[in-house]
Amino acid sequence: MSVDKATVAKIASLARIQMDDAALEQMVPELNGILQWVEQLGEVDVTGIEPMAAVIPNTLRLRKDVVDADPLTGGGRQGDVLANAPAAEHGFFGVPKVIE
Amino acid sequence: MTDLTSLGVKDIRDGVRSGTFTAREVATSFNAAVADAAALNAFIVTTPDHALAAADKVDAARAAGEPLGAMAGVPIGMKDLFATNGVQTTAASHILEGFIPRYESTVSQKLWDAGAGMLGKLNLDQFAMGSSNETSYFGNVSSPWRKSGTNQPMSPGGSSGGSSSAVAARIAPAATGTDTGGSIRQPAAFTGICGIKPTYGRCSRWGIVAFASSLDQAGPMARSVEDCAIMLGAMAGFDPKDATSLQMDVPDWEAALNSDLRGKKVGIPREYRMEGTDQAILDSWEQGKAWLKDAGAEIVDISLPHTRYALPAYYIVAPAEASSNLARYDGVRYGLRDLPDGSGLQDMYAATRAAGFGDEVKRRILIGTYVLSAGFYDAYYTQAQKVRALVARDFERAFEQCDVILAPTTPTASFPLGSMNEDPLTMYLNDVFAVPASLAGLPAMSVPAMCNEDGLPLGLQLVGRPFDEQGVLNAGLAIQQRAGFSARPEKWW
Repeated sequence: MSVDKATVAKIASLARIQMDDAALEQMVPELNGILQWVEQLGEVDVTGIEPMAAVIPNTLRLRKDVVDADPLTGGGRQGDVLANAPAAEHGFFGVPKVIE
Repeated sequence: MTDLTSLGVKDIRDGVRSGTFTAREVATSFNAAVADAAALNAFIVTTPDHALAAADKVDAARAAGEPLGAMAGVPIGMKDLFATNGVQTTAASHILEGFIPRYESTVSQKLWDAGAGMLGKLNLDQFAMGSSNETSYFGNVSSPWRKSGTNQPMSPGGSSGGSSSAVAARIAPAATGTDTGGSIRQPAAFTGICGIKPTYGRCSRWGIVAFASSLDQAGPMARSVEDCAIMLGAMAGFDPKDATSLQMDVPDWEAALNSDLRGKKVGIPREYRMEGTDQAILDSWEQGKAWLKDAGAEIVDISLPHTRYALPAYYIVAPAEASSNLARYDGVRYGLRDLPDGSGLQDMYAATRAAGFGDEVKRRILIGTYVLSAGFYDAYYTQAQKVRALVARDFERAFEQCDVILAPTTPTASFPLGSMNEDPLTMYLNDVFAVPASLAGLPAMSVPAMCNEDGLPLGLQLVGRPFDEQGVLNAGLAIQQRAGFSARPEKWW
């Protein structure tokens, strides 16, 4: 499979990355080079093989069902959460007006 | 008095404990070495005060007769992928420029708790995506090594290239690294130092800027196997804040180091004999076999039949996870915001991400977005995950016949900066020997073996069973003792 400029523009829009025409033109052959190279995976017989997501066997744990079980990841840290926001206003993250 | 900057982790720790020198003297020496090495561009920010404060705490604890931690008095470099409280953390990107975390990553906190101090935040490939340290927003890192008779700047490897450069140049006795597809081992090999990626889950990922979460693992980079064992012990351990953290005891790797390999079998994977591998690398591999045999091990041939598919599988899985992880950079909560006049929220996202991400990062986000998109998910992503399962199964079967695997770390020695930028694929191929162990989550280490005819270091890689960091370290120690690698870069910076 290969991608054309329109497809790359669509992917860029899904990924929320603004790209002008020149950037799209440049990206098309680069992506195609990579996609053609990964195509060889199609040769591999994967009959009966389960896709692997977790590589080392592990079980998910539940934490204690209490408020702020770990204060580092608990609540009550509005100041810390907003400290790096480009536009924090009135205790919230500020964003441009959204009108639907 | 000896030049303190020539010492490694163990010697500094022991010297501080015995009172041969103070932690402050050590920190002062390294701070000066760091300040003197700006030409390497290894650090994005330096934190001499952090190193001094940690040293003073250790000196005070010693004076008070309190027990000292495993890293007491050792100032280290911290890869700028670890969130450090109050110190800018960028992942070498523009989008995180100026981001000052209000919390400390688990791994860095553990190191400070063990008595280490921080010399600064080390440069890297942007978001750890790269194998040469040429994708950083803050400029390329130079290796301290140069080809004999030339002064062309060479790549320190990547993505942990600031780490490898600093440790090889002796401006830091050790540094943290992270390895997603070879980012500890490849730069270690390029710069003649040691680096170990432990079993996936050994080191907490909490507070490490995420690249590909099913692959990312932190580990130490230092100039000896012993130093790596000590530092890994301080970094590893269960962390409830990371859902994939291993709930297992951390062994005392340093105490159990043993280079007597009698009764051990070392596997040589025949599929790693690939076209395009330098003859000098193949020679070093042969030499490695001889060294391990000399240490008492039996050498056995093994097969890892899906090796050639590991790299393409990686270049689907890793970008897919990256495209998801990097969705968080939106110009709203932290980092850069680019808000063109009169634009709305969606435009702001797209403009911010266009301005904030470098080319390689964009390329990988786009690949990841594509392989996860409707209609292509099964053909690319599911297929890659199945191939990943086969790569892992190859190792499982191989470890029925051997205890540890010996292979080259990289197919070539370091290359000049700027020489591999034509086609992204040629750069990817440099990780061909490193990626399989990453996909399988296995502990893997690079140790320096020798220099090639250009005077550039070559590394050998050891891969072990899950949780068997000890087996990897022990085989690494056997090589270290026999290689007697003592070459060091001549100071030009």
